[in-house]
Amino acid sequence: MTVTVYIPRDSSALSLGAERTAKAIAVEAKKRDIEINLVRNGSRGMFWLEPMVEVATDGGRVAYAPVQPEDVAGLFDADFLHAGAHPLNLGLTEEIPYFKNQQRLTFERVGVTDPVSLDDYIAHNGYQGLQKALKLGGAEIVKIVTDSGLRGRGGAAFPTGIKWNTVLGAKGTQKYIVCNADEGDSGTFSDRMIMEDDPFVLIEGMTIASIAVGATQGYIYLRSEYPHALKTLNTAIASAYNAGYLGDDVCGSSKAFHLEVRRAAGAYVCGEETSLLESLEGKRGLVRFKPPLPAIEGLFGKPTVVNNVISLATVPIILNKGSQYYADYGMGSSRGTLPIQLAGNIKHGGLVELAFGATLRELLYDFGGGSANGKPIRAVQVGGPLGAFLPESQFDTPLDYEEFNKIWAVLGHGGIVAFDDTVDMAKMARYAFEFCAIESCGKCTPCRIGSTRGAEVMDNIINGKDVQKNIKLVRDLSDTMLHGSLCALGGMTPYPVLSAMNHFAADFENRS
Amino acid sequence: MQLIEQHIAAHKNVPGALLPLLHAIQDDIGYVPQDAYKSIGKALNLSVAEVHGVVTFYHHFRTEPVGRYILQICRAESCQSMGSEKLEAHVKAELGIDYHQTTADGALTLEPVYCLGNCACSPAVMLNDEIYGRVDANKINQIISEARAGELA
Ligand SMILES: Cc1cc2nc3c(=O)[nH]c(=O)nc-3n(C[C@H](O)[C@H](O)[C@H](O)COP(=O)(O)O)c2cc1C
Ligand code: SF4
Ligand code: FES
Repeated sequence: MTVTVYIPRDSSALSLGAERTAKAIAVEAKKRDIEINLVRNGSRGMFWLEPMVEVATDGGRVAYAPVQPEDVAGLFDADFLHAGAHPLNLGLTEEIPYFKNQQRLTFERVGVTDPVSLDDYIAHNGYQGLQKALKLGGAEIVKIVTDSGLRGRGGAAFPTGIKWNTVLGAKGTQKYIVCNADEGDSGTFSDRMIMEDDPFVLIEGMTIASIAVGATQGYIYLRSEYPHALKTLNTAIASAYNAGYLGDDVCGSSKAFHLEVRRAAGAYVCGEETSLLESLEGKRGLVRFKPPLPAIEGLFGKPTVVNNVISLATVPIILNKGSQYYADYGMGSSRGTLPIQLAGNIKHGGLVELAFGATLRELLYDFGGGSANGKPIRAVQVGGPLGAFLPESQFDTPLDYEEFNKIWAVLGHGGIVAFDDTVDMAKMARYAFEFCAIESCGKCTPCRIGSTRGAEVMDNIINGKDVQKNIKLVRDLSDTMLHGSLCALGGMTPYPVLSAMNHFAADFENRS
Repeated sequence: MQLIEQHIAAHKNVPGALLPLLHAIQDDIGYVPQDAYKSIGKALNLSVAEVHGVVTFYHHFRTEPVGRYILQICRAESCQSMGSEKLEAHVKAELGIDYHQTTADGALTLEPVYCLGNCACSPAVMLNDEIYGRVDANKINQIISEARAGELA
């Protein structure tokens, strides 16, 4: 019997040599005259183990990892095609604690299936949510999404069902579904993984959204830094059109939904939804004043749903399994699961999807295994470049939107970046200002001028010049930015700056 | 210029055409020549100043020719936590250029980038469309020499 061998095509796996490993396995199999069925799956999200090779057996998939080309001959000698013993044999993939201890809902197929195979998608619960949605009215779909408690995973955590309801109720013959795939936050890659490793789930989620609110055109606004995601999405969209899941008559429902990927162009601020819409319209990405909300006057002035990739990719399982199934996970007003991304100076970096409520410490140590080099983790930044830095004393905070609010921090898009004890927090504060200055859209003064000035003042602090006076200056500047900025780029840059200052005062005060 | 006219014709009637058009031009010839602003503007009913405003707003678009390869080094927080500052200094010294410059042999243009979505494998770099993770001085030297030898896609 032909054995199926899986080697990921995910960017992170490729970045560690998965392509060379795949070639080496194909060549070696040919040399030995063994027929194998080589599938390029997504990644399981255990990136310290990439490139991970899996072999299908009667008892489940067995992992060998990490596999470099020079390991390949030895694997064949050890009969890895039949789960033979070898130092790289990790046993059943799904029994690896990092994977086993997750609750994979949005990511149920990621790493399991061939991302561009529609058949594989359908064989693994794909398109069941849409089939259910097609039997319901728009208001019923919106109610299910509302009842699930799903909140936007792009950062602002606004209830998805309520947003959809506004668009459903808005008058207009043309409405749009826009997927925010600009994923600019450092430490995040969950959107990328969905798009590269299970693109149909995003397409299905957007299609359900279109049926719910009565939209006929969708756009995925994809950051230009993701060329692999672009190819995978376009391949998947073409298959969905061919099979009648997109087009003028979605699944014979006589409802139309057309979908297109649009490439962004490297501006972080274009992740902000109104800036994104300007960009989609072909303009500079200047943030718009709100109101009007995009739900009422969005793309080309029409009612528009703007949702993050993960929000949309979570809709199919909610429709398929019901709102209660999803809402049963989580804590407080944070319902369901969060795909958490462990990044930076961490031993076991990767994707961990968990119900809300786990603590940072569990993630950093039980999953993450501590820092990459075994030094103490001194600080973590949660929620991207606009998120606060947290010291060890806050590691017992559960991942929950409100609990994070209470300590003046945010969960954002679920990225956690760890730093060991060599980090200089004054430099991190300086970088936060610098990043804001580079990425500011320039519409308001506190952000445009304040960030540049902030970086200069931080330089003085770093050089030990008038430290106390300059610390006060940074606080005043931050206060102006917090209260006088139009969007969260200027308005939240003070989060990393002030949290660094408050929790790691020594790095600012004791400069020589 | 004829190539550019073809791209303009292909995109003229697309809603929100400007970004897709600029991408098509840059994908094709590596940058967006300022000479093209006039025809782009004419086709999309925009002034030259408006086209210029859009091109310069976005970090991705370039108005000057580039090297055969574009090497982007991630400068964002996760990569910083794994030593990207050192890597960045090493590359600049190795190539003898700063960001937004091209080596004298025309092989490489160096660009900063803010996250490549490879943050569990920091530090990360990208060479044209190929991404590399856990990059140290040895690995980057190898990437650079392979690029110089024209051995990479
Ligand atoms: C500066 C800035 C950058 C943002 N970047 C992103 C992004 O890359 N992806 C995203 O989904 N949301 C981003 N957001 C949040 C969006 O404005 C918006 O809230 C989100 O797309 C709504 O989708 P959701 O409700 O599904 O989260 C950003 C916001 C700001 C202020
Ligand atoms: S805060 Fe900054 S990015 Fe946001 S609108 Fe104002 S200038 Fe633009
Ligand atoms: S921060 Fe460098 S890849 Fe994300």
